[in-house]
Amino acid sequence: MSLAVRPEREIRPPAIQIRGVEKRFGDATAVDGIDLDIQEGEFFSLLGPSGCGKTTLLRMMAGFEMPTAGAVLIAGADMTAVPPYERPVNMMFQSYALFPHMNVADNVAFGLRQDGVAKSEIAGRVAEALDLVQMGDFAKRKPHQMSGGQRQRVALARCLVKRPKVVLLDEPLSALDKKLREKTQFELVNIQEKVGITFVMVTHDQEEAMTMSTRIAVMNAGRILQVGRPHEIYEYPTSRMVADFIGIANFFTGTVESSAGGVVTFRAQGIDAPLTVAGDLAPGSAAAVMVRPEKIQMGREAAIGVDNSVSGVVKEIAYLGDVSIYHVRLDSGLVVLVTNANLRHAAEPAVTWEDRVHLSWHSGNAVVLP
Amino acid sequence: MHRSPALLAAMFVGFAFLYAPIALLMVYSFNASREVSVWGGFSTKWYGELLQNQAYLDAAWLSLKIAATSATGALVLGTLAALVLVRYGRFRGRMVFNGLITAPLVMPEIILGLAMLLLFVALEDLTGWPDGRGFTTIAIVHTTVGMAYATVVIRSRLAQMDESLEEAAMDLGARPVKVFFLITIPVIAPSLAAAWLLAFTLSLDDVVATQFVSGPGSTTLPIEVFSSVRLGVSPQVNALGTIIVVAVAVVIGLVWRLSAGKRR
Repeated sequence: MSLAVRPEREIRPPAIQIRGVEKRFGDATAVDGIDLDIQEGEFFSLLGPSGCGKTTLLRMMAGFEMPTAGAVLIAGADMTAVPPYERPVNMMFQSYALFPHMNVADNVAFGLRQDGVAKSEIAGRVAEALDLVQMGDFAKRKPHQMSGGQRQRVALARCLVKRPKVVLLDEPLSALDKKLREKTQFELVNIQEKVGITFVMVTHDQEEAMTMSTRIAVMNAGRILQVGRPHEIYEYPTSRMVADFIGIANFFTGTVESSAGGVVTFRAQGIDAPLTVAGDLAPGSAAAVMVRPEKIQMGREAAIGVDNSVSGVVKEIAYLGDVSIYHVRLDSGLVVLVTNANLRHAAEPAVTWEDRVHLSWHSGNAVVLP
Repeated sequence: MHRSPALLAAMFVGFAFLYAPIALLMVYSFNASREVSVWGGFSTKWYGELLQNQAYLDAAWLSLKIAATSATGALVLGTLAALVLVRYGRFRGRMVFNGLITAPLVMPEIILGLAMLLLFVALEDLTGWPDGRGFTTIAIVHTTVGMAYATVVIRSRLAQMDESLEEAAMDLGARPVKVFFLITIPVIAPSLAAAWLLAFTLSLDDVVATQFVSGPGSTTLPIEVFSSVRLGVSPQVNALGTIIVVAVAVVIGLVWRLSAGKRR
């Protein structure tokens, strides 16, 4: 998992404000009451499984869908009833939607011509936008004469040339192959930082969201589960659903035994000794402790001086080269996933199948979730 | 694939079945003899006679006018119908509308012609319009038939069209009407051309429905040919057929060249 830490930005007035927005299609509810502020200059991601309402929310920002209830404000102005052609936002479509009967320059110039920009100015701005995405040499090409990556750049230039308040991106990289996608992720972020325009991206790819975003909203079933910076979402999820959706997670379900001084003592099913974990929950409440696989230490001997320790037998090893994922079965039958970085250059792994191992983790490296 | 002699032979038989009669017609159009089945040497005199035949020339001119008018009418109506069917989603009576639009495709033309004739007669009794039968009534009937075909052709292209193209144009600041003329029309242009040509062709050789709604002095080319053939086949008809085949081949060749060049 790539975790690019991006510099924090100063807080400016919100580029987009979503106020109690709902969207129903007949009986089906696509968006179920969302409040959200997206700050100016942010690279904001809406992340969630397909059908969670993220695309519908994006289309309401663009003006292609009308909210059933609630309001959409762009740069402080109420845009709920304003049609797409009068909103100061531009969208990059999943299919890129380049006009097939126009060449690259005409595609990029289309928006400026609609606004009645002077001819002399159009040529300069089109060239500038194409240079920004390194497509200056392709101005006379038709869309079908270009690769997917080149089309993606032209589509971005077509959005940026109008200097919108917000650029909306609908799964911008899903049509590209893996290598190109990873390269393009950083390019997109660099361009966004250069132009300073707010980007709102819809994606179902969590790595993409983590790599590119300043903040992420995790969505499910028409609601926002959590909004935060990438590492907050990963390290401190506020619900089991978020923890499960982002990365790999071990869950131990059980009940809270006691809670004092920000530390919870937890009785987990299938584990004899009580677990301790940082957090604050009422004693007796049902909950789950979540530990990420890379936060667990694994050894043949029991570690000394750690808060939480269990032991089990290695049943499966997935060797991925840089890391290995171990499936450890506890005596109660519970299976715990542990990832270990393969730091040493060795032909034989230190731990192998059917080895008895001790797993331990610090109470601060686990989260208790209601 | 292996090209066996049997396969080649089958291909030749197939092509011969399709094109030998036409080839024969073209050859006999240069026959000097009046006898249709006797070769009397090479001559182009039938072409000369054809160009002197005022009845044929008048009928051809009328047919072309009717075909162009009804194809254009069918194109406009067919485009509107296709837009409603593809873009307006579900609405009350969509199935009925779809059925009614495409009914002329399957309805026997003889019934359509008869129904139209009754309509025109009743209308004339009530309102005085149409004043007799001729160009207008034939063009209306041909538009009705052509529209059904045009709708089917345009609808399939519209359904394939990526709707986000229109959304992108709107997103970039174009109002819906402008989007239609700047994006939708150019993208579906090949299907519009195909629909127009199809309606044009259907109109040009329609006999059955036309018979009902044509009046004195409004004889279209196929009806003229049909009635003259009944009096005995004149080699002029062969010459006419040859001209039509060549014209069609040239048009198809041009369209093919144009669309191939565009793609390159």
